[in-house]
Amino acid sequence: MEFLLSSAIGLLTAGGVYLILRARTYPVVLGLSLLSYATNLFLFATGRLVLDQPPVISTLATGYTDPLPQALVLTAIVISFGMTAVIVVMALRSYLENGSDHVDAPAPDEALP
Amino acid sequence: MNHWLIAPIVLPAIMAPILLMAARHDIVLARIFSIASVLALLGIALALTTLVSDGLIVTYALGNWLPPFGIVLVADRLSVLMLLLTAGLALAVLLFAVDGSDHQGRHFHALFQFQLMGINGAFLTGDFFNLFVFFEVLLIASYGLMVHGGGATRTRAGVQYVAINLVGSTLFLIAVGMIYSVAGTLNMADLAIRVPHIAAGDQALLQTGALLLLLVFCIKAALVPVHFWLPGTYANAPAAVAALFAIMTKVGAYCVIRLYILAFGADAGVASWLAAPWLLPAALVTLTLGMLGVLAARRLSQLASFAVIGSMGMLLIAIALFTPAALSAALYYLLHSTLAGAVLFLIADLISRQRPGHDDRLTVAPRFAQLSLLAGAFFVAAIAATGMPPLSGFIGKLLILDAARSSVAPVLIWSLILGTSLLAIIGFGRAGSTLFWKSTGEAGEFPAADQRQTLSLVAIGLLLAGTIGLTLFAGPLTAYLDATAEQIFATHHYIAAVLGNTALQGGIR
Repeated sequence: MEFLLSSAIGLLTAGGVYLILRARTYPVVLGLSLLSYATNLFLFATGRLVLDQPPVISTLATGYTDPLPQALVLTAIVISFGMTAVIVVMALRSYLENGSDHVDAPAPDEALP
Repeated sequence: MNHWLIAPIVLPAIMAPILLMAARHDIVLARIFSIASVLALLGIALALTTLVSDGLIVTYALGNWLPPFGIVLVADRLSVLMLLLTAGLALAVLLFAVDGSDHQGRHFHALFQFQLMGINGAFLTGDFFNLFVFFEVLLIASYGLMVHGGGATRTRAGVQYVAINLVGSTLFLIAVGMIYSVAGTLNMADLAIRVPHIAAGDQALLQTGALLLLLVFCIKAALVPVHFWLPGTYANAPAAVAALFAIMTKVGAYCVIRLYILAFGADAGVASWLAAPWLLPAALVTLTLGMLGVLAARRLSQLASFAVIGSMGMLLIAIALFTPAALSAALYYLLHSTLAGAVLFLIADLISRQRPGHDDRLTVAPRFAQLSLLAGAFFVAAIAATGMPPLSGFIGKLLILDAARSSVAPVLIWSLILGTSLLAIIGFGRAGSTLFWKSTGEAGEFPAADQRQTLSLVAIGLLLAGTIGLTLFAGPLTAYLDATAEQIFATHHYIAAVLGNTALQGGIR
């Protein structure tokens, strides 16, 4: 399980970094999403990998998993979801106003005298 | 438990939805609410200053869940100083925005309040994850403010700004996760107790996490090599927003001061002074690159952006020395550079408005209406920003130079600071003479702008008065800042205030 999780985090991060370095906004947005998935998995792993154990106190429990990373992941998911929405809207507006989805496209009014 | 401590966060958090719901169609009402809120924040910050000025550290456990398990807010001299600076800057910036630029887009005032909430929260919080949340609050608001008013160039710069900050947030989370996985805590004071006892096998994870976190703070503080987002963002943002953003780079600097002295400072065992060997070289390069940028800038707002980068370099040089004297100098320079950086953006915007077609480009153009007034304001701001006597920049620079005498590389630091000061003077001098002196010889004149700009000039006057005030009251102020720096370095006071006295003797394990 350790290998599965760590290789998944690694692959997601590698894919995310590759896509972020692309020159167009859509791959960048996808890359940011992949990177945030990798982060969420990583945060889970920081509470150590535990199978079939409850995070809250229970009389039947034989052991516990760390509840704090789960709370962190929830917060992180909410924030990254909101942020993805923001950047999608801004990328769309940038595309409509500049006529190009290139992240570095020169704007028409930027030419210096 | 003093409930006033949470007021700087709650007040804007309540005011922003009110502005969204009650005042969305009435700009006058929105302005009144917004200014009233900032005035109240200023009052609260002043009240908190009197509370902590005798060295008391006040904590506030949210919902009475005690640390290290609950979320805690901590106010010491440093946090409250930053709150005061934020409120003062926000008032001046808001007066400038009220003079016209706030109705170029929607919801300026609501976003402004959310931005203040995030900044105040970041200064007050006592744990990392909450710091992350407040970073996100201030960033989300700043995304909205950054593209306020719209326009193709601004939106494109906005997308780049959002992308870099999303990567920064991801790194922040990874760093927090790494530190949590070995230290098992998110509370800064608790972390400070646990760091010296981390097993040797876990040190690699801990230090990687701490240095990743340093990278995130450096992105916020625009330190080389992660400074590249700043010129595009600040030069393309609306002037009032760029001026407010002058405090955002200081949030990064504040976090470096707070965390790397408290948790990775003298008592951290193997990990002590973790940040120093990375921070100092980066800060030296930042100072050089920033001032070279001032020399190369082709627009006044671009020049101001690079001046901000240069001043961050100077500030972080002083922080990276990690001595009380240097930190006191750094805090003085922090106050000064925030005001001086902000006023440059405001002046650039007024000039840009009065030269249609030329904007704030450094070109020779006909005279404009308020030439002599703005030339005077620019002159004072430039003296402050470049660190020439008699204004506060000079005193700040002198304090930093004095503190650097006993550092690891005094010759290098002295020569770089003095050399880059020369670059800055040449850059500012060239910009000023092109904009103001050469333009007086041109034929013709730009028509006077039809809108009144009294409030904008008041805002600029307030910020310049702030710099002059820093100069006039430098004596009592540096005494206060010395006490602040000593309080920051006496980390056991902070830990005892947050966790109680038993924690220091290993009571909580």
